[in-house]
Amino acid sequence: MTSYIIRRVLVAIPLLLGMTFLAFMVIQLGGGEYFAELRLNPQISRETIEQIEQQFNLDKPAVVQYFYWLKNVLKLDFGYSFSRMASVTGLIRGRVLATMLLSTSSILVTWLVAIPLGIYCAVHRYSWGDRFASFFAYIGISIPNFFLALLLLYLASVVGILPLGDMTSAKFDDLSLASKVLDIGKHLIIPTVVIATAAMAGLQRLMRGNMLEVLRAQYITTARAKGLPENRVIYVHALRNAINPMISIFGLQFSSLLGGAALTEIVCSWPGLGSLMLEAVRARDLYVVMGDLLIGGILLIGGNLLADVLLAWTDPRIRLE
Amino acid sequence: MEEVVLARKPRSPLRLAMRRLKRHKTAMAGLFVLVALYLSALFADFIAPYSFDDELRGNSHAPPSKIHFVDAEGKFHLQPFVYGVSFEFDEFHERVFAEDKTKRYPIKLFVRGDEHKLLWVFPTDIHLIGVDKPARLYLMGADSRGRDLFSRILYGGRISLSVGLVGVTVSFLLGLTVGGIAGYFGGWVDSALMRMCEMIMIIPGFYLMLALRAAFPPTLPSTSVYVMIVLIMSFIGWAGLARVVRGMVLSIASKDYVTAAKAVGGKDIIIIFKHVLPNTLSYVIVSLTLSIPGYILGESALSLLGLGIQDPQASWGNLLSDAMHVTEIQFHPWMLIPGAFIFVTVMAFNFLGDGLRDAFDPRMEVGRG
Amino acid sequence: MSAALLEISDLRTEFDTDDGLSVPVDGVSFSIPEGKTVGLVGESGCGKSLTALSVMRLVPPPGRTVSGQVAFRKRDLLSLSERQMREVRGRDISMIFQEPMTSLNPVMRIGAQIIEPIVLHEGASRREARERGVEMLEKVGIPEASRRFYDYPHQMSGGMRQRAMIAMALSCGPALVIADEPTTALDVTIQAQILELLRTLQAEMGMSVLLITHDLSVVAQLADEVVVMYAGSIVERASAENLYAHPLHPYTEGLFDSLPGFHARQERLNVIRGQVPDPTHYPGGCKFRPRCSYEYEKCAERPGLLKGTDEHLAACWLVEDTERRKKPQTQRV
Repeated sequence: MTSYIIRRVLVAIPLLLGMTFLAFMVIQLGGGEYFAELRLNPQISRETIEQIEQQFNLDKPAVVQYFYWLKNVLKLDFGYSFSRMASVTGLIRGRVLATMLLSTSSILVTWLVAIPLGIYCAVHRYSWGDRFASFFAYIGISIPNFFLALLLLYLASVVGILPLGDMTSAKFDDLSLASKVLDIGKHLIIPTVVIATAAMAGLQRLMRGNMLEVLRAQYITTARAKGLPENRVIYVHALRNAINPMISIFGLQFSSLLGGAALTEIVCSWPGLGSLMLEAVRARDLYVVMGDLLIGGILLIGGNLLADVLLAWTDPRIRLE
Repeated sequence: MEEVVLARKPRSPLRLAMRRLKRHKTAMAGLFVLVALYLSALFADFIAPYSFDDELRGNSHAPPSKIHFVDAEGKFHLQPFVYGVSFEFDEFHERVFAEDKTKRYPIKLFVRGDEHKLLWVFPTDIHLIGVDKPARLYLMGADSRGRDLFSRILYGGRISLSVGLVGVTVSFLLGLTVGGIAGYFGGWVDSALMRMCEMIMIIPGFYLMLALRAAFPPTLPSTSVYVMIVLIMSFIGWAGLARVVRGMVLSIASKDYVTAAKAVGGKDIIIIFKHVLPNTLSYVIVSLTLSIPGYILGESALSLLGLGIQDPQASWGNLLSDAMHVTEIQFHPWMLIPGAFIFVTVMAFNFLGDGLRDAFDPRMEVGRG
Repeated sequence: MSAALLEISDLRTEFDTDDGLSVPVDGVSFSIPEGKTVGLVGESGCGKSLTALSVMRLVPPPGRTVSGQVAFRKRDLLSLSERQMREVRGRDISMIFQEPMTSLNPVMRIGAQIIEPIVLHEGASRREARERGVEMLEKVGIPEASRRFYDYPHQMSGGMRQRAMIAMALSCGPALVIADEPTTALDVTIQAQILELLRTLQAEMGMSVLLITHDLSVVAQLADEVVVMYAGSIVERASAENLYAHPLHPYTEGLFDSLPGFHARQERLNVIRGQVPDPTHYPGGCKFRPRCSYEYEKCAERPGLLKGTDEHLAACWLVEDTERRKKPQTQRV
C-alpha cells in the first residue's frame, strides 16, 4: 500500500511541474502589466520600479522566471502579491482553510443525505418517493450553482434570518468562541446548500443506479434463497457491493468540489481560494494566480489519490493482490 | 437466469434509437424547449419589442409591465393593454413606479419599432409585439439603464446558446482527432498526448478558465471576446473527450473486425474513419449533448464575473451580473430571470442527453463533460 | 414409490414483456419423492430455472407466479406469507446455482456467508455456527477448511467455490436441495468430482435433490427419475432407466440422437430441426409439432401427459397411437 502511494506521488510530480510550466507560459502570453498602478503613482520613482522588477526577476525571459518561481516554491515561498503588497504564502494559507471548511461541510451534507436517499429510491423503485427524489435530483443537477446561490441569497434577504455572504459578521472578533463557531456556521449554510444540492443530486442517482444493479446480481438471489430477511439482503449484502465504486467517487467529488465551489464562493463572498483566484486574475497578480493553481492542482491530485487508496483498501479483491 | 430466445427481424440501430427516443417524453419535451429557445434566438430582433441597447434612463429598474384586460372603469377589453408609468423617489433613493391610468396602450402585433435586419439579411423595422410610444412594454422589467430585459434576454440567447454549439464542435473535432490518433497509434504518441491531456485535466475547471482568461488582455472588442470565450471553453473541454475517445478506440481497435480489415491490407487512416470512428458515434453524440450545458455555464460564469461578454452586448451571464448585488435585487428581483433561462436550457439539454443515452443504450456510462 | 416430498401441480409463471405476455412456466406438474434425485432436463430457455425459482418464490419482477400449487410436505408454498416462506428457504429447501463466482458475495468471506443460514434458522451462536461451517467445508472436501473459512470467493478455484456453495446449501440439513446447473460452468474433470460429491452427500444425509441441467450425461449419473421439459411444459416423466432405454416423446428421442457418438461414429451430427418457440407465442396444439418428424393431424390438439406405463408418461399422441412410431425417411437433417 505505501509503495502504491509513493508511486502515485512520484507520477504526480512531473504532472504538476508540466502543468505549472504550461500555465506560467500561458499567463505570460497575456502580457503582465503588474505595476500599472505603481507607475501612475508619482511618489514612486522609475528607479524604484526597475529595482522591484529586478528583485523579482521580471526583466528576464519567461522561461527563466519560471525556474526562479519554482525554486522559491520549493522553499515554500510562493512569491509576492503586487496588488496587495503581501506574501502570497500567507494569503493562500488563510484562504485554503476557508475553502477546506466549505468543501468539508458540503461533502458531509451531500453524503449524509444522498446515500440513504439513493438506497431508499432503489429499494422502492418507481414509488412516489422515488419519482419525487428523481425530479429534485434532476433540478439539482441542472440548476446553475450561481443561479441557485443568487436565488437563495435573494430569499434570505427577504426572509432575513441568514447572513448574506462572507464568512463572518462584522462583530466577529467580539464574540465568544461558541458564538464564533455559530456565526461561521450560519454563514456556511447558503454556500453549503448550493454546493451540496448539485453534488447530492448526482450522487443519489449514482447510488440508486448502483443499488439497482447490485440487486440484480446472482448473489442477491442466493442470499434470498438462504431465507435471509430482506433488510439483511439490502443493507449487508447489497449495500457493501454498491458502495464500493462510490468510495472512489468520494475522492473525486472532493476534487471536483474545489472547481465548482469557486464560483459559489465568489457569489456568496466566501473568502476562499476561488475568490482569491478571481481577484488575482482581475488584478493580473501573477504569483497569486500561480500559487492558487498549484494548490488547486495539488488538492485535485490529492483527492484522486485519496479516492484510489480508499478503493484499494475497501475492496478485498484489490487489497489482497 | 435463463435467456429467452426470440426470433426477430434486425432493425438498423439508428432507427431503433430514434424510435425509442420519440417515446421518451421528457427528452422530447427537452428537445421542444430547445428548439423554441434556439428559434427565439434566431429571430430575436423580430420577437423582441426593443433593440438590446435601447436605453431610457428614466425607467431605470422599472418593474414588469402589468398587463390588464379590465380598465379603470371596469370595462373589459379583448386586446390586453398597459398603462403609462411615472416614478418618484422614495427614502432609499429608489424609484417607485406608479401607473398612470388615464391612457391605455393596447399591446399590438407586428408593430413598427427599432430598425433591425431579420436573419441578418432583410432590413425591416417590424417587431412581433409592442406598444405605442411613449409607453414601454417591459414584459420582464427593465435594467439599470431602462433597457427592456426581455429583449436583452432574447439577444443574450444568441450568444449564450451559440457558445455551447460552437464550443462543443471545436472541442469535438480536436478531441476526436487527438484521441483517435493516440488510441490508434499507441506507443509514445499515445503516452505524450495523454500526458498533455492529464496536465490540462489536473487543473480544476474554474481555475483553468480564469487562468486562461488571464492570458488574454483585460478588454477586447466584442467579437474577439466571443472568440476568446469559445477558445477558452474548447480548451477546457477537449482533453476529457480525447481521453474517452482514445479509450474507445483502443477497445475497438483490438476487436476482430479491425484485425480483419487490416489483414485484408487496409490503410490506417481509412480504418480509423471507416471502422473505428463510426462505432464511437453513439457515445460521442450523447456525451456531446450532455456537455453543452458546461459550455453555456462556463460562458455565463465568465460574463457574470465581468470577464466575458461586456456591456452593451448581452449574454445571459452578464445580464445576471446586475443581480450580484444582493441588496439591490431585493428591490428588483426580476433581474434574476436570465438565470432561469440558463437553468431551463441546461435542464432541457440534460433531458435530451439522457433520452438519447437511453435510446442508444441504457447501460451506457456517460458522464457530464 | 416413496412419499412425495414436493408436489408441483399446474405451476404457471408469467412475465410482462414489450412483445406481449411471456409464459416460460406453462402448467408444469411433477413431484419429487423423499430421498431421491429428480433430474429436470431441457434446453436453455425452456423454463427449468424459472420453475425452480417459482418453487422458491424468487421469481424476479416483472415475473409472477399466477396459478398452480407447490405442495411441500402437504403445505402449499404458494399460499404462505413471505415470512413463512423465508423460514422454508435455506432451512427446508435450499438452492445451488450455476456460476459460483457470481453466486457468492464477492466482498464477504466464505465462512461468513456459510454461517448466515445457520445463525438465522437455528439460532446458533457465532462460535457454534463457525464450527459447523468448518465441518461442512471439510465434508464437501475442501482442504485446510479452517483456514479456507476466512477466504474470499475470488481466492478459491471454481471447483472449490462450488463445493463451498454446496456446503452453504447443506448447512442446515434441508430436506430438498435444488441444484440449478451445478456443473455447467466447471471443467469436465471438476464436474465429475462435484457430481460424485453430490451423490455421496445425498447418500449420507438422505435429502432429495432436484437436479436441473441440459446435460443428459449428468442426469444419467445422478438421477433416479427424470422429467423432460420443453417450451415451458413437461413432455416426459420416467425413471432414469426407462427414459434412457426407450424414450417416448420425439423431443427426448431427438435429444438422445443429437448426442455425438451416442450411436456409432457418424458422418454428420443429428440436430432437431427448427427452433425453440418464443414464450410469448407458443404454437397452437402440441408445442413440439413444428419440429416433429412424426407429426400428424391429431397433433393440432395439445396432448396432456399420457400414460405409456404406470411409471412412464409422455405428452404425445404417439403414446396412444403406437403404430405411427416407425421412423420416417425424412428424419435425419
